[in-house]
Amino acid sequence: MEAASVPAARSTAPGQAVRNFIAKYGLIVVLLIMPVVFAIQDITSETDNLSRLGNNLVAGVSNGAIWALVAIGYTLVYGIVELINFAHGEVFMIGSFVAAGFLATIGLTQDTGTGLLIVGLLITLPVAMLGSGLLNTMIERVAYRPLRSAPKLAPLITAVGFSFILQNVGLLWRGGSQQGIPDLIRSQHELINISGVQISNGDILAVCVTIPLLLAMTTFIGQSRLGKAMRATAQDPDAARLMGINVDTTISLTFLIGGMLAGAGGLIYALYQTTIWYFQGFTAGLVAFTAAVMGGIGNIRGAVLGGFIIGFIQQMSDNRIGAEWTPAIVFVYLILIMVFKPSGLLGEETREAG
Amino acid sequence: MSTTATAPETGAAPSGRRSRFELPPWAEKAFIPVFLVVVAVLPFGMSSGGTLIGNATLALAYVIMALGLNVVVGFAGLLDLGYVAFFAIGAYTMGWLGSGFFAEVNHQTGVHIGVSGFASHLPGIHLNFFLVLVFAVLFTTIAGMLIGLPTLRLRGDYIAIVTLAFGEIIGRIAVNGDEIKLSGVPLLGGVLENTFGKDQTFTAGRQGITPVDKIDVPFVDPFTSLNLRPWYWVALFLVAIVLFVNFRVRDSRLGRAWIALREDEVAAVAMGVPSVKTKLLAYGTGAAFGGVAGAYLGSFLNTVNADQFQFYFSILVLGMVILGGLGSIWGVVLGAITLSFINNWLIPDVLNSLPGDFGLDFDMTQITFAIYGFLLVIMMILRPQGLLPERRRAEEMTHGEETSSETLYTARA
Repeated sequence: MEAASVPAARSTAPGQAVRNFIAKYGLIVVLLIMPVVFAIQDITSETDNLSRLGNNLVAGVSNGAIWALVAIGYTLVYGIVELINFAHGEVFMIGSFVAAGFLATIGLTQDTGTGLLIVGLLITLPVAMLGSGLLNTMIERVAYRPLRSAPKLAPLITAVGFSFILQNVGLLWRGGSQQGIPDLIRSQHELINISGVQISNGDILAVCVTIPLLLAMTTFIGQSRLGKAMRATAQDPDAARLMGINVDTTISLTFLIGGMLAGAGGLIYALYQTTIWYFQGFTAGLVAFTAAVMGGIGNIRGAVLGGFIIGFIQQMSDNRIGAEWTPAIVFVYLILIMVFKPSGLLGEETREAG
Repeated sequence: MSTTATAPETGAAPSGRRSRFELPPWAEKAFIPVFLVVVAVLPFGMSSGGTLIGNATLALAYVIMALGLNVVVGFAGLLDLGYVAFFAIGAYTMGWLGSGFFAEVNHQTGVHIGVSGFASHLPGIHLNFFLVLVFAVLFTTIAGMLIGLPTLRLRGDYIAIVTLAFGEIIGRIAVNGDEIKLSGVPLLGGVLENTFGKDQTFTAGRQGITPVDKIDVPFVDPFTSLNLRPWYWVALFLVAIVLFVNFRVRDSRLGRAWIALREDEVAAVAMGVPSVKTKLLAYGTGAAFGGVAGAYLGSFLNTVNADQFQFYFSILVLGMVILGGLGSIWGVVLGAITLSFINNWLIPDVLNSLPGDFGLDFDMTQITFAIYGFLLVIMMILRPQGLLPERRRAEEMTHGEETSSETLYTARA
């Protein structure tokens, strides 16, 4: 492919300008189609105004926060071992289950006072994060590490295998149907209303959990010694090893951090949606993966941005096209990204996606 | 099953490094007639309407499907996680062109081509099964190439995700298709309304299109669900064609081009292998086999139901290919038969109550996919080359580092 595309890039065919434009802005144009069309619809219709789009945006941001947390797990792992951790969505699902189980164990109910509730949630958060993080590390140890020198197909297939195993763990744990959990934070309760745009408890929770976590993680990766080791390993594992970095530990650490963020996402999801089921991880995993690709895989800021965009797209689709079509629409976006700009919004051209 | 007869081929050393003795190259082709004859006489030992022959027929249909996926994943090395899409398209072709689904067609008198007996008086479109097969192959080949297009620039796991996304989109359309009214289609709505009537939907969703026409072979008694032997032989006939095509294509220029692309894309392109055409043909060929199996299963199972077309089915077929050995035709046949019997007989009929006997509160069928997941993990870690490995592929899988560096974790840890 590269060999074939080299002469094309040098020629000054008339279509070249168009092609360059598509390569640069095609994805952005594709992303803008839905909001622009719906905004025009809202403005021209009698009954709606832009506040409907605003509501979509708010709900999109809080859902997007969950996808961002999960997407970072994909992006970190991809950055360091160039593997799509297919079981990541299931790690997120187990995070939800652990959170729901722990909340029930410590006896939080809807009648618990606000102060006690916050304390309870602050205890639950690390539990869910640790549960998911350790699970993710274990998956790496069992399913990916033995296959590091095998063709890429192999770890991808074990990842799919583990995804199935974990789904069935969830199925046996909580049964096959969607399960309601107590609506502890009254997630749909309207807290603030800015000219028709409603901000609910759930939105606040999602943002309040996500932003500190993101800050903590970027600081960790950017400032700490271990974070430096992670970046070095991602750049060049052999050189990193020669510099005395323990590559195995660093990879485990990456999986741990990715899993922990997914666990936090799982907690928010459980409290926000108030239903959990064993299959939530499959769709969530694909949605979050779309977010990671959209932002440019390997790029943390890109994953966050992609998460918010995907959240917004999902809300618009849920609200206006029909929730049963939402997954299909997200997947169409995934394919469009792959066609127009496989390197994503913020990513660089990579070997895989060049 | 006949799989016992394949035993000599397992002579490949367990480690996959070097075969202790190798069969001559013609042996695997010479085995085709032996296999077909042995499998063809088996139904005489089974009751004609029992579950055993039903499972055996299903297994043969899965063999077709697994051989199709083997072309894409095994030969060309393009991991396709959305193979269920072609099962769906093939099955819907059968459902659309061989049932009463389009009841309003031709003023409710229906269209009948090459069908006899009962079906020839019913409304709806009723084409002969073998005619439907032609359409199924046509549709799935086109769909396969369309799905292949966006993946051409991509490699490795990105292809897996794009194909998975396509599979899910097709599955969604199948499930939600009962909301889509053909008369509401933009531009064509008027024409479609005149042809198919006002309330005609695109698919029947979870309700399913049922009943579907039985296979109609000229000069043969009508097929019934009581006597499954004719079904079995038709499936075997299709397997024979697919096996033949598989061997011929693998050894052709095209097949060697697939293998070259799989092993090292850059080198293959440099040697003049047209990457786009070769990859699209891999997708198209693999898809066509899936379509054949899909149309057959649509008729055999007598329903085309959106619930059949889910992600796990793609993994089930992938599991067959991996269990048998990526790229190894006889391996895939063995893998498909084994996994099909595990899926349709061993787990639901034999082991189902096992956890209950140990005092555990679940059935074996509930954790079917955990078993497959476990199988995939174990196979990849312990025997990535499969039960009956293909020599060349086995070397890639076990001595990965020595072949192409592009497809590997280059120097990863």
